[in-house]
Amino acid sequence: MTDISTTNIPEKETQGRSLFQLATLRFRRNRAAMAGCVVLFFITLFSFFGPYFLSHTYDQVFPSYVTIPPSLEALPKADTLGDVMAGVASRARVQLKEFAVDGNTFTATIHSDQPIDPRATRYFDRANEFQGTKVAATEDDGKTLKLSGNVNREYFFFGTDANGRDMLARIMLGGQISLAVGFLASLVSLAVGVTYGAISGYIGGRVDNVMMRLIEILYSLPFVFLVVVLVVFFGRSFILIFLVIGAVEWLDMARIVRGQTLALKRREFIGAAQALGLTDWQIIRRHIIPNTIGPVIVFVTVVVPKVILLESFLSFLGLGVQAPLTSWGALISEGANKMQSAPWLLIFPAIFFVVTLFSLNFIGDGLRDALDPKDR
Amino acid sequence: MTDNKDAVLSVRGLKVDFTTPDGDVNAVKGIDLDVLPGETLAVVGESGSGKSQTMMGIMGLLAQNGRVAGSAKYRGKELVGLSTKALNEVRGSKITMIFQEPMTSLDPLYTIGRQIAEPIVHHKGVSFKQAKVRVLELLKLVGIPEPERRINSYPHEMSGGQRQRVMIAMALANEPDLLIADEPTTALDVTIQAQILDLLRDLQKRFGMAIVLITHDLGVVKHFAERVVVMRRGEVVEKGTIKDIFERPQEDYTKMLLAAEPSGSKSAPEDKAPIMLEGRNVTVDFAIGGGFFTSAHTRFRAVDGVTVRLKQRQTIGIVGESGSGKSTLGRALLRLLPSNGQYHFENKNISGFDRAAMRPLRRELQLVFQDPYGSLSPRQTVGEIITEGLLIHEPQLSRADRDKRAIAALKEVGLDPGARNRYPHEFSGGQRQRIAIARAMILKPKVVILDEPTSALDRSVQGQVIELLRDLQAKHDLSYIFISHDLAVIKAMSDYVIVMKSGKIVEEGQTDDIFDAPQHDYTKTLIGAAFDLD
Repeated sequence: MTDISTTNIPEKETQGRSLFQLATLRFRRNRAAMAGCVVLFFITLFSFFGPYFLSHTYDQVFPSYVTIPPSLEALPKADTLGDVMAGVASRARVQLKEFAVDGNTFTATIHSDQPIDPRATRYFDRANEFQGTKVAATEDDGKTLKLSGNVNREYFFFGTDANGRDMLARIMLGGQISLAVGFLASLVSLAVGVTYGAISGYIGGRVDNVMMRLIEILYSLPFVFLVVVLVVFFGRSFILIFLVIGAVEWLDMARIVRGQTLALKRREFIGAAQALGLTDWQIIRRHIIPNTIGPVIVFVTVVVPKVILLESFLSFLGLGVQAPLTSWGALISEGANKMQSAPWLLIFPAIFFVVTLFSLNFIGDGLRDALDPKDR
Repeated sequence: MTDNKDAVLSVRGLKVDFTTPDGDVNAVKGIDLDVLPGETLAVVGESGSGKSQTMMGIMGLLAQNGRVAGSAKYRGKELVGLSTKALNEVRGSKITMIFQEPMTSLDPLYTIGRQIAEPIVHHKGVSFKQAKVRVLELLKLVGIPEPERRINSYPHEMSGGQRQRVMIAMALANEPDLLIADEPTTALDVTIQAQILDLLRDLQKRFGMAIVLITHDLGVVKHFAERVVVMRRGEVVEKGTIKDIFERPQEDYTKMLLAAEPSGSKSAPEDKAPIMLEGRNVTVDFAIGGGFFTSAHTRFRAVDGVTVRLKQRQTIGIVGESGSGKSTLGRALLRLLPSNGQYHFENKNISGFDRAAMRPLRRELQLVFQDPYGSLSPRQTVGEIITEGLLIHEPQLSRADRDKRAIAALKEVGLDPGARNRYPHEFSGGQRQRIAIARAMILKPKVVILDEPTSALDRSVQGQVIELLRDLQAKHDLSYIFISHDLAVIKAMSDYVIVMKSGKIVEEGQTDDIFDAPQHDYTKTLIGAAFDLD
């Protein structure tokens, strides 16, 4: 009767700790996994709440700023504005004496040989960059005017793409779609796979045989073929993407759960449940599924990155999300085409993608260690 | 204590600690012991006493989170803190070990010949071919028939007893000075247990090696060892010669261990007591093989035309060795397996009942399993586990009502009602078995089938569980079918005994008749083997 586990039973403890709570404790102690959790949380916040703090929308086109490199300075820059102002002044047939930009406002002094019609400010407003130009002061009997107004300056921290759309907004949107697809498709595969695998493994015999052969048949169908067929039948939609991906990924999940179930089925607590008179479905729901959860959670953390990659592959083929919507995968594939001329189109989405995948992998590792039954 | 110069193994202040998420666990708290050449030292204790961990610590076989401190000297050579390489010179050649589980301690991928040759090749630097002669010799020595043929067998082709013999052959391969036997016979049937112990004694005489026998079974100790060390909670409680310990135990704990043998007997119910459960000509076949389109080609008959008649308040003990079909019979009687035969429950014919028809009867017919670790779902609280049956059979109960019933059931089996918010892994084996009993009792059944409910427990805990089962029987007029391979427990619990072998009843009768005057040869061997040891 050698049994180590009985030695470390806390004798006087009124509140019980479940296996799940113990796993949480172990997980909390894993620094890499906790860091992964925090990073993933911030990336999620960034993707879903970032757009509320950004004045640009993901489909807003700025014709003046096409393929602009990332910069922390507001655009256009002061010297460019000077050139623009000079151009406007010459169109208004006035001389530009002074020009200064302070934040989002500008002041300019213009002079002409004849008194200037104050309506000349219209010329200034016509330029994209200036707005609400007013006459601040009149000097020299109207020959010299002091103007002030607002400058339209835009920040593009991550630069813009070839269509003049803000990359920051697009990365946020891409994050929303990639994360949503990743988690929702994993949930679809989780729900279908766990149920299917548990039923197949628990009932066993001929039912198991038929169900598993069906899985093998589905495995043998080419993925892209399946997607094309589904897209042709149901039309292209956002929901379809994660249904399709989930419908492919559940096959692995079902196999894993079935294997677990086969092992669980021989445990005595299943026998005890049968002796209590539970129905098959009650046993599967109350005893089989909760006990397969460890390996399943770990597998989900592998499936999420896989699904994100699959989605980008579909978008690449033109079967996934369509412009102006986008995902990280789609952004990366666009960026890869312009790697030489505009590296920022590749670098920024790639950083977010890689960091997310790393976090998910660390979380997966942490969960695997935390849920390892060997420690029990 | 100073070092004993003659000792083969001299242990001083040995400590074994485990790092766990709940802090350090001190499994062994500084023990001293000496093993003299050629003697047999028994280390006795209950689960968790640290008896195995002491030896594992000396041999450098602790789990990842284990640490060992103190001193353990083999003929003056310090073993604690030695590198794996240096340790390997001693381990496997001078000190060898055999383990409890013969089913899992052999590698299924290699022939037994190759596995026995492994330590010889490793320590003596000879080729596998040269080692073969020695392997044949060893197989003959441990009494394996036809060694020339068996040398090429794989572990799965051998029985449990034969595998344990192979393990012993492996341990003897390099003529060790010290053999550590960690519960070598616990997993074996009684008749085979006696054979293996005889073999060990023979070999000891022949080679003059010392044996450290780790066991919880005092019957084995009494017949086999010369000196005894009694351990409890990582400390040595008492040590001395067999005579001292068995005749003049000093410590209360030792006295308690010695007195833990199950005792008492049960009187038969009145003749006119109603028959609760009856199975006539119960036959169970298991199909072996069979594919997608083909039906099973072979059938294995696990239970062959057995008739059982259980009266109210009666306890029928079913005895037999592993593979005799006793557990299968128990399950067939509860209609948990597809089987043939006529079944009656309270004069109602239930032969043709399918699962759905049986469901309302399930609350009256309960089952308690052997393994208290495997029979409770690890992800449910104790409260959820024991009230699960109420959800099925009394769905009208509110949550508060169920909770009340759970408290009552836990009190009845002698557990703190606070236990219902805790999880099974926080309880010891005996407590878990009480939980399993509470799960059955909460439904107020009439018949309970107990499938080896005490086999996985320590003797002292066993006694308590038997007491509990007796009390419950008297209180609720229960009828038991008690399945066990342990004759001492059967004798204490049941008033009627059925002896089974290969799926058939060999002998049956009142307990006293069977134990005092067994008629059949098989029953005689069984009783002989069990009570010779005790």
